[in-house]
Amino acid sequence: MSIDMRQFHQTFFEESFEGLDIMETELLNLDVGATDIDVINTIFRAAHSIKGGSGTFGFNNVAEFTHVAETLLDEMRDGTRAVTQNAVSILLKSVDIIRGMLTALRDDGEMDAAQVAEVKAELDALLGSDSIETDHSSNETAGAAATSSGWKIKFTPHAEMLRTGNDPVRMLRALAELGELDVKADISKLPGFSELNPEDSFLSWDLTLSGEISEADVREVFEWVDDECDLDITALAAEAKAVSTESPASNTEHTAEPAGTDKAPATRSAKTAKAGETTSIRVDIDKVDEIINLVGELVITQSMLGQMGSDFEETQVIDTNKLEKLREGLGQLERNTRELQESVMRIRMLPISFVFSRMPRLIHDLSSKLDKKVDLVISGEQTELDKTVMEKIGDPMVHLVRNALDHGLESPEQRVAAGKPETGTVNLNAYHQGGNIVIEISDDGAGLNRKKIQTKAIERGVIGPDDHLSDEMIQDMIFHPGFSTADQVSDVSGRGVGMDVVRKNIKALGGNVEVKSEEGIGSQFTIRLPLTLAILDGQLVRVGDDTYVFPLISIIESIQVKTEQVNAVAGKAELYKLRNEYIPIIRAHRVFGMPEENKDLAGRLMVVVEGDGHRAGVIVDDLLAQQQVVIKSLETNYRRIEGLSGATILGDGTVALILDIAGLISMFREGNYDSPPPSPKKPDVSAVNSEAA
Amino acid sequence: MENEILIGADADPDAEQYLTFILADEEYGVDILRVQEIKGWDSVTPIPNTPGYIKGVINLRGTIVPIIDLRQRFSMDKVEYGPMTVVIVLKIESNDRDRIMGIVVDAVSDVYDVSGEEMKPAPDFGNVVNVEFVKGLATVSEKMLIILDIDHLLSGDELAATDGLAG
Repeated sequence: MSIDMRQFHQTFFEESFEGLDIMETELLNLDVGATDIDVINTIFRAAHSIKGGSGTFGFNNVAEFTHVAETLLDEMRDGTRAVTQNAVSILLKSVDIIRGMLTALRDDGEMDAAQVAEVKAELDALLGSDSIETDHSSNETAGAAATSSGWKIKFTPHAEMLRTGNDPVRMLRALAELGELDVKADISKLPGFSELNPEDSFLSWDLTLSGEISEADVREVFEWVDDECDLDITALAAEAKAVSTESPASNTEHTAEPAGTDKAPATRSAKTAKAGETTSIRVDIDKVDEIINLVGELVITQSMLGQMGSDFEETQVIDTNKLEKLREGLGQLERNTRELQESVMRIRMLPISFVFSRMPRLIHDLSSKLDKKVDLVISGEQTELDKTVMEKIGDPMVHLVRNALDHGLESPEQRVAAGKPETGTVNLNAYHQGGNIVIEISDDGAGLNRKKIQTKAIERGVIGPDDHLSDEMIQDMIFHPGFSTADQVSDVSGRGVGMDVVRKNIKALGGNVEVKSEEGIGSQFTIRLPLTLAILDGQLVRVGDDTYVFPLISIIESIQVKTEQVNAVAGKAELYKLRNEYIPIIRAHRVFGMPEENKDLAGRLMVVVEGDGHRAGVIVDDLLAQQQVVIKSLETNYRRIEGLSGATILGDGTVALILDIAGLISMFREGNYDSPPPSPKKPDVSAVNSEAA
Repeated sequence: MENEILIGADADPDAEQYLTFILADEEYGVDILRVQEIKGWDSVTPIPNTPGYIKGVINLRGTIVPIIDLRQRFSMDKVEYGPMTVVIVLKIESNDRDRIMGIVVDAVSDVYDVSGEEMKPAPDFGNVVNVEFVKGLATVSEKMLIILDIDHLLSGDELAATDGLAG
């Protein structure tokens, strides 16, 4: 029976990473001193699954390492070891190591062996130092029968055991590692070849295991198949007579068998396909049911419309009554379609707790490193957002939280001096607002130091020495590359790289980040992101003969141009006076390199847009419908085009291009569009034609 | 059954099939395995600020596919698109990934078997002709075919120069 084990690897890795996340979260929940048995059990179970799984797949280094960590957890569970800060941090380190090893295995990478050995030594030291005697006693209390000079085991798998993916051979091998193993197979139940169902197990084994082994260890081997086999374990002393009579004869014959069925190592050594590339998603069954229901309704609507169609065909008469029904049917179809679309989109939505759950660990590590006392308050962790967005928002958030700890919060002494509680607070909050998700990261620390920023701003020539620093400028400064007010560059932060990257990443997702800060009271970063990257609310406009899509989010208003408000600058650039503000006029035709029939601006439509903090008025020929559009990439088959964020397919099947407003404005500012499109660089190609003939 | 065997025995195992098309009275060939489909010319959505030979993009069953005018790519004279004008949708491999593109040609011609030895490397035209897009020349029934290297053809400078931007 050779099953390709690789097909399970992906699942194993996913489950293991989930298990590691659970371990991490729960370890952080573990109160030092008080032993919460439920929490420890949860951690233990997660570790145990990882150990079991990695053993099954032959990732022995992971299994071995996890085993040591598990031993430590086991002692905590039995109450023979106190939950100390030291133990928790070593366990957290172990989680990192296991994660590293699994990642390396998944990506065919290398794990730093020295690092593994170091943490393992720490674990061993902890286990060895103060618990040799307790360790022993714990085993004694746990395994009632304690150790014996050997065990006689009657192992009878149920017929269906193989189907659950368990392999008796693996267990036999595990037993053989514990001590000297004698295997005798009972083949009496084996049916004739014609009746043999290859997926059933018919064998049972009489095993004799000799050596100083505890019953618990023996039982552990069978832990996974406890309810799938009949197991009878008796101490060898009592059975001594029976063993001596039957074992020698059958010994050789059946020890050979495990080797024969030994197919797992071969597949195991085969190179794992790069699993990291495929990503999968776990979906709440309710969401799937909802979709199935909707599809059901859709089918009903479809048959109803079909029926109507053939009705029309037969009678050849269209009476208003039927037309009404048809309209109704189409209305229903539209409703179904929209609901189905929403449900399908919801599949990709995951609660933001996936990102938030990384933070307690970060705070835990950082607060001890920085000697600060921090409480993390998380709210709105059930707020859902798109998986792709989620994956990309993790790093910027880590950065912001790290900044809050390093720059924001003061040391306990400073806080007390400032009349604040010794322990600082970092708040994480998320909620939906319109079609956006808003994530807030706030702290009650010192806030941004206006004076320092001002000094820097003057230094950099952003403002004059006497200018007032507006909030806007502060934002501009802290998100500027290379800007830092940290007095000391630490390994946590202060190099001035980061905030610009944070902003860039968030912008790339179509969102924005703002900061509000009050000196001495704290600061708050607000990230606003679209819920999904796949669908966009768009305003269709006509420019020349073509339809373009403006993202609705970047449109402020649409107005008719009044000539008296238009001002020319240097005879070339045009500005529009919109209330108290002058905004540049972008003629879409020019940017898109299209002939403009009507050069006069009077009465033309102007869409006022904002992108990247700059406003502009874009002259278009017509405003068409507003609708949701599905974003398609131009890069898939072609390349990125400046000023465009993608394309979409309209109801009539034609392609419309989606504008990237920020890109368009920067193109306009740089005057890029003025340069003629690059002509084919190699005119000599034409000669192929004549020469080749 | 017998027939198939005969055909199998007859055919040159090294021969590859090429779809040929006409461009300004010349016959050009592309590896038929790269051809996804052939469709009539239909209107496209132009993309601003791209070289003139990029006619625009079309919706090919939900995928956005760029369309290239091969005459313009080769800097030949433009002609009006007529009823014979077709778009050959090709799969090209550039920068380690597949892309789908369409090329506009005057007309589709035929399918030929060309064996390895029939294919002659393109002569060095010196500076007069850029052989970058030419994989080789082949003579089939006294006619000369220009076999195109389509990966190179479409990725030549346009994509290579801009992939950096996109990436």
